[in-house]
Amino acid sequence: MANITFLEAVAQAQREEMARDESVFLMGEDVSGNVYGSSGGLLDEFGPQRVLDTPICESGFTGVAIGAAMVGMRPIVDYTIASFMYLATDQLVSMAAKSSYMYGGQTHIPAVFRAAMFYNGGIAAQHSDRNYSMYMNVPGLKVVVPSNPYDAKGLLKTAIRDEDPVLIFEDGNLWGQKGEIPDEEYLLPFGQANICHAGSDVTIVAIAARVGESIKAAEALAKEGISAEVIDPRTLVPLDTATILESVAKTGRLLVVDQGHRTCGAAGEIAAMVAEKGFWNLQAPIKRLTAPDMQIPFSSALERGFYPDAAMIALAARELIEE
Amino acid sequence: MCAAVNFDISVWGGMSVDQSLLLEMYRRMGLVRQFDEAVQKLFNSGRIPGSAHLSIGQEGEVVGACMALREDDYMVGNHRSHGHPIGKGAGVNALMAEILGKSTGVNQGKGGSMHLADFSVGSLGESSIVGSGLPVAVGAALGSQMQGNDRVTLCFFGDGASNQGYFHEAMNMAALWKLPVVFLCENNGYGVTTPNNRAAALEDISARAAGYGTPSSIVDGQQCLEVYDAVTEAVERARRGDGPTLVEAKTYRYHHHSEGPLYDNMTYRSDEELAAWKLRDPLLLFREQLADSVAVADLDRMDEQVKQDIAAALEFAEQSPLPEPEEAYTHLYRTPVVVIEGELSNG
Repeated sequence: MANITFLEAVAQAQREEMARDESVFLMGEDVSGNVYGSSGGLLDEFGPQRVLDTPICESGFTGVAIGAAMVGMRPIVDYTIASFMYLATDQLVSMAAKSSYMYGGQTHIPAVFRAAMFYNGGIAAQHSDRNYSMYMNVPGLKVVVPSNPYDAKGLLKTAIRDEDPVLIFEDGNLWGQKGEIPDEEYLLPFGQANICHAGSDVTIVAIAARVGESIKAAEALAKEGISAEVIDPRTLVPLDTATILESVAKTGRLLVVDQGHRTCGAAGEIAAMVAEKGFWNLQAPIKRLTAPDMQIPFSSALERGFYPDAAMIALAARELIEE
Repeated sequence: MCAAVNFDISVWGGMSVDQSLLLEMYRRMGLVRQFDEAVQKLFNSGRIPGSAHLSIGQEGEVVGACMALREDDYMVGNHRSHGHPIGKGAGVNALMAEILGKSTGVNQGKGGSMHLADFSVGSLGESSIVGSGLPVAVGAALGSQMQGNDRVTLCFFGDGASNQGYFHEAMNMAALWKLPVVFLCENNGYGVTTPNNRAAALEDISARAAGYGTPSSIVDGQQCLEVYDAVTEAVERARRGDGPTLVEAKTYRYHHHSEGPLYDNMTYRSDEELAAWKLRDPLLLFREQLADSVAVADLDRMDEQVKQDIAAALEFAEQSPLPEPEEAYTHLYRTPVVVIEGELSNG
């Protein structure tokens, strides 16, 4: 076992997969320079073509990744900031997501698109997006939201070997978080949620960095005699609905915690799914904790309180129990 | 058949070139023309859902460029690309079946007129988002370079697409990385109804290549052999590892942007302009050139063969079954995902 950061886990996954399969390559702005820390040593080991610095042209280089994938390569695209994906959204939606279907299975796009979500850090509206829910609305994409170093490595390795376009949203608030990683190789399957904290009174489904906050909340609630079950879906597409529904059948209460915006968000989708399929097990109305439908302000005095933290989660869980 | 035979029109008199190649060019141009004429009839009779964008009038550049490729090279088309897979060597039966949404179509009825693709002949698909095929073609070329093969990718795009950011991003990356790609601008003068001179500051799209240190040329798109020559030179350059070339073919579409009544009373172009272009019809011009060295009876026989092939394609398409409704739920993903109550496809 090694105790490494989320970002080191990402770097390990990339290095292992590039060494295993020579069709895997990394591309994006400044990737050879290892600006953020996920590509250290890769340039020396694999050379400038497989650690390919691109011009600043997200829409163009995303199309390049898709074309390369069509002819047998397996690109990993590093967008750094998730907000920059908007420039590439035509390619992600019209080409990556649709090519396999539209061309009747003649081709497929085995490409990974990594995007880091920085928020709660004073970088204001245009750099603070938590935008995974937008891409959940696009059939043909897979959407991955790791919440810790172990998951980040195992899910990224699975994504690289997947034959379809996979979007991985890395929570920038977790990049420095450390965790235990086994020495032996492992992969984590898509569509399999992780029960991070077992409980029987209330189900808390949380996404990315909200998972850690929810575990803290569950630990605090335990001291009060409230048994909360925390579920990390790990992948939003495909979504492990069975694990969530089984938990709700046991607890009768659902709280969904999401740092994304509220309207048409991941939390709303999970809540709707449980309302449709688990309604008769519910003992209280479903509750969502999300960021408000508001742009992200610059000043920390303004941004504070936008994202549900452990105290807010514990409070919401208590309210659910009292319903 | 697609061997790189470089035509020098100045010396060509039917003696120094491969006549079977010329006849194949003539055949494919005829197929492209008659395929679209058949599509027009189907559309007018209400048999085709959606839209149809015909390239009647542009066959010279379509076939001239495609025939400069090897069979294992790649080609990327656009929304007006019924003929491009044919130019690349695709059979017409599965293309026609796709137009009618049949299960035997190239895309099994999932793509239709604007998204024909036959990957078996290196036709990497047609994207109906104007300009979006440009970076994809660059990516295919990057793949070839990384894989160490010598395949070239040919990318067709229109004058309208050249105003998208995609064009500039694709040109820049292709030149920067010296990728084996040929950009073929089908400049037919109009983006839907807007003439090029109201959409672009410069008349010639090819002038923009200089901004990327990329060689370019302008060719008469109605002259199949002129296009073939220019693209052959560009393909050789790409295969040598010397990077991309931009070839601009000046051409014209006889039909409006798409079929249907939408453009019936439009006055964005004159009847005189259309008539003048029809005098320089690419099939007629090529037939005149061939007449010096190929017997007219042989050309007539080829026309008849093409007619029969299109009739057979129509018959095949008409007789083919429609896809089963459950087929709508396949091909979304290649790697199966967990299917819970039919929410996700594992096609």
